[in-house]
Formats: sequence, C-alpha cells, structure tokens
Amino acid sequence: MPDASAEYSIDPAQPAEEIGPQEVGTAGMGPWRLAMRRLRRNKVALAFLALFFVIVGACMAAPLYSKYVADIGPNKNNLTGKVERGGKQVDIVTPDGTPVGPGLSNRYLLGADANGRDVAVRLLYGGRNSLFIGFTAALITTLFAVSLGLMAGYSRGVPDTLIRSTFDILWSFPVLLFAIALGTALAIGGLNLGPIHIEGGSLWIPTLVIGLVYIPYLGRPVRGQVLALREREFVQAAEAQGMGTLRIMFGEILPNIASTILVFSTLIIANNILTEAALSFLGAGVQPPNPSWGTLIAQGVDRLVTAPHLAIVPGIAIVLTVLSLNVFGDGLRDALDPRAKLRLR
Amino acid sequence: MARFAVRRIANMIFVLFAISVLTFLIFYKIPGGDPVLRISGRTAEPAVREQVREDFGFNDPVYVQYARMMQKTLNGSLESYSNRVNVREELIRGIPATASLVIGAAIIWLFFGILFGVLSAVYAGRFPDRVITIVALIGISLPIFWVGALLLYYLTYKVSLFPAGGYVPLTEDPASWLSHLILPWFCLSILFIGFYSRLLRSNMLDVMNEDYVRTARAKGLSERRVLLGHVMRNALIPIVTLFGLDFGAAIGGGAILTESVFGLQGVGQYVAESIGSLDLPPILGTTLYAAFLIVLLSAIVDIVYARLDPRVRLTA
Repeated sequence: MPDASAEYSIDPAQPAEEIGPQEVGTAGMGPWRLAMRRLRRNKVALAFLALFFVIVGACMAAPLYSKYVADIGPNKNNLTGKVERGGKQVDIVTPDGTPVGPGLSNRYLLGADANGRDVAVRLLYGGRNSLFIGFTAALITTLFAVSLGLMAGYSRGVPDTLIRSTFDILWSFPVLLFAIALGTALAIGGLNLGPIHIEGGSLWIPTLVIGLVYIPYLGRPVRGQVLALREREFVQAAEAQGMGTLRIMFGEILPNIASTILVFSTLIIANNILTEAALSFLGAGVQPPNPSWGTLIAQGVDRLVTAPHLAIVPGIAIVLTVLSLNVFGDGLRDALDPRAKLRLR
Repeated sequence: MARFAVRRIANMIFVLFAISVLTFLIFYKIPGGDPVLRISGRTAEPAVREQVREDFGFNDPVYVQYARMMQKTLNGSLESYSNRVNVREELIRGIPATASLVIGAAIIWLFFGILFGVLSAVYAGRFPDRVITIVALIGISLPIFWVGALLLYYLTYKVSLFPAGGYVPLTEDPASWLSHLILPWFCLSILFIGFYSRLLRSNMLDVMNEDYVRTARAKGLSERRVLLGHVMRNALIPIVTLFGLDFGAAIGGGAILTESVFGLQGVGQYVAESIGSLDLPPILGTTLYAAFLIVLLSAIVDIVYARLDPRVRLTA
C-alpha cells in the first residue's frame, strides 16, 4: 500500500486552510465517501465479496439446481439407482454401502451420501440454512447489542447496572458451552416463552441461541464507546438544544459507532456460520433431516474412511464462505477506520 | 487495591450465583430432562419412580431443590443422575488431559501469534505481511473440528504418523503423551494464532505512530530497542487481556471441539457428554468450574493490566 500515507492526509477532521466555509460541501469528502474510496481500491477485499455473493447466489438457486440439473430433491434417497462415471453406469450406492464419489456429470456432481442422496443438492440446500442462520443470528445480535449498549451507555445509572451485569453473566459462560447447553435443551423440548412457540427441530432454535450468546461481544464495546461519546461537546450541544433522548441516542451517537457495528456484523456472520457448524457437529444445532453445512460435516466425519468427499465438500464450502467474509470484513475495517479494534472469536 | 479486591470478589460471587441459577433453570425446565428416569431407569415401575421422586426430593419446590444441589456442589458430594458418579472426581480426572492440551497449545499460539504479528507489523504492506495476513485469515476461517477429523483421517488412518486419538498421561509415558497431543495442539492453536497475529499487528501499527516512539528514534535508540522496549511493551498489553480470557475459557472446558474430535476425555468432552445426556449435576458442576476460571482470570488480567500500564487505575 504505497499510497496509504497520502490517503490519511485527507483527514476530514483536519482544518484545511484552502477550503473556504462555503465550499465545504463539494471539496471536503465525508468519512463514508472516503471509506468507500479506500474500499474500492482494495481489489482483494472486493474479489472476496464477489465470491461471497456467488456462494449466496448459488445457494439461493438450490431449488433450480435440484429440479433442472440434478433432478432429485435434497432429502430423496436413491439406493438402487445408477449414475454415469467415465462412460460406465455405476451404482450410486454399492451393495456394501459405499456411496459414489464426485465425478463430471449433471447428476451426483459431488457424489452421493450413504442414502444415495445427491451431495451437491444437499450442499446447496444446507448452505441456505447455514447462511440463513449466519445472517439472522447476526441481525439479532446486532439489534440487541446496539440498543442495549446505547441504553446502558447513555442513561448510565440503574439501566446501565442491569444491562452491564447481564452482559457480564453471559460473558462468563464459555460461549460454546453455553450455546451447546441452550441448543440441546431447546432442540429437545422446543421453546415456549409466553406467546412464542418454536418446535424443537426448527432452524430458529440454533439461530436464536447463536444470536443470543454473542450479544455481549458487541454490547460491551458499544456501551464503552457510548459512555465516552456522551461526554463529548456535540452531545451536550444536542442536549442544550432540547433534543429528545431517543433522537440523541440514535441520531447523534449511533452514527459515530456505525463503522464499528458494520465491521462487527460482517465478521460475526462469518463467526456464526462456524458456530452453527460446531453446534450441529455436536448435535446441538440444526437437527436432521434438515441439511446444513454443519450437519453434513457431522454425518460425513463418521464415513471418512469409505467416503471422504462427504466431509470434505461441505467443509470447503464453509471455509470459502467464512474466508470471503473475513477478508472482506478485514478490508472494510481498514477502509472505515484504520484504528478500529474489535474483539471477536 | 483492597477495595478493588473486595468489590471484585463480590462481583464474582454474584456472577457465579447468576450462572448457577440460569444453568439450573435451563435443565430443570426441559421436557425429557426428568432426573427420575435417569436414576430409576426407563423401565422402572411407576411405584418405584414415585419412591425415587420422593426420596431424592424432586417433589420439593424449585428453590429447595436448587439450594440442595448447590450445597452438594460446594461440599463436593454432587453425583451424576445417570451413573451416580461423583462429579468432582470426574472433573479432577479430566483436568490433566485438558491442562496438557491447553497449556501446550497456549505456548504454541502465543509464540506463533506474537512472531507472526511482529513480522507482519514490521513488514506492513510488504510481502511477508501479505503472506501472514492470508495465512491468518485462513486460520480463523477453519472449522477446527473439521480440520481435526481430516488430520486424524489422513495422518493416522492413511499414514500412521500419529496415534488415533485418546490421551496418555505424561507420568505414564512422556513420548506417547507427546505424540497423542501434537495434532490436538495444532488444531486448537490455529484459530488463536490467526486472531493474535492480526490483533498484535494492528496494535503495533497504532503504537508505531505514537509520539514517544518518534522520540525514541530521534534520541538515537537502535531500531531493535525501539521495537522491543517501546513498541512491543505497549502493543502486547491487549494481548495479555485476550490471552487471560481465552486461556481461562479453554482450560475451563471450552476446548470442547478439539477434545471431542481427538477423544481426549478432558473436561470439555465431559461437559459435552453430560449435556448430550441432559444430566444436570455434571452440567452444573462443570459450568460453575468453567465460569469460576473465567471470572478469576479476568480479575487477574485486570491486575496485570494495571501493572503493565501505569495509566490504568483499578476500579471494579
């Protein structure tokens, strides 16, 4: 990055003598536009963002692939059928139970599993579930962490004590242990909380569990930043103008922590996909027969000896997806704030 | 310092209490978690079940049951519902494996995390930095249980380089202990090496822009002394915090995935198995043990932090 130092000299906070007050709107660039410019120059980050969209697009198109290319549903067994491999018809599952491996054909492109199901189709459908959990859980974490963090940091006093203690308690559980405990408990009985009823096998169980356990990881830094920001002059000015609490919180303070939140949300999606895989691997996440990348790996690991493709294929899907998000998130952080620091596992 | 200690200990007790209540309620409320079935067996006569229910006090109010269980937890007589094994003994049995795994892995991840972080910062933007960045980002994108399973498959089944999982005590056979732990160490450290090197790199780049580093250079210190005495000293402080918490969580049973994949029979695997069979007493005992370590280490981290950075005052 040879031009990086030149980049920083265009600091919006620096008083630029040659810019007159009437010209500020055109000559001075806002921090967001500067960030966009830095991001556009980071070709690696953009390439990985593109890769991520390709993966999301492919998973979205799972029903099309299933119907027009592979010609089989994600949960359809096929123990007796045959498939072409190198010009010959071979058993999809041999009589001794070994499924066929990957090969160049429309059907069973990535091989079959022990029930004769098409791995490629299940991979795409599993990806929909994994991505859904990754996104939705990130949304839940962000919404709760930001509103609780804002509330605690801005109001201080009793709400702060309550929210901070809640964060402390959640934080003191080893995160995976807590998620497994909740996931297992809810997967068996389902969730019955007042008007909310969720079936035990629902995708919403792992989504809510993952969304919940990471709240303090964003909530604590948000609270800390808000505590510092609320002492700044612009907040005092807003208070002096008679602005309402909510408007100050969301209109004045929130934009100042938006870049932290944005970077965290990108990285937490990646992290959630890994957590989903870990939970499903331990039986506390997505419940079979629902496919997800985690359950596919879990089923594949048991058959590594006879059919290694069953574990390798979904694992590579996870690595590519998570890597693309991590590289993009890294670039986003550099672009938004070269000094931002986040703690995230 | 005394005030800090008192407030911190009070806070620790509160957090542990809340965690015990939460854990108890989660597993007390779930359907299918009925302890009577675990104690008397699923085929027991209804009369036997009622007798067990009465004898073990499962008809008492929730808070009485909670208090009784906590009393047993604290005096060490807590027993599993399903196999009547003492939880504390089982936990102690798991500690050597977990400690061997976590301490060894921690040395590896600290060494390589710091090494890669420093190289990456010193060569920021140049070739070594790019390579390390790629490696680190791949490292934090790997599902470790998947890596572990593949390593086991290729390095023990295909090529018999390593034993196929399990744990051998150090006192029994040091060579075997080592060969059983190399793959788990590698697996557990990959992720942390990635995080630590990225974090250290960004910390060091921040510190390098500080005035006192420029001053140090200006007064003619060698680059080596600037780096070690001024930059590293400050950039490592956040790493200390992170390390304390990660280490506490892992040794408290957080290395569940690595332990399960390699069958190390440590604390983490014990937790995972207890959760799998919905056995409340071991779950409660191990969760409290883990939470205790996390809370304790975060207090230690705060004290160390204040030692390393004189600008920080201890206020709980």
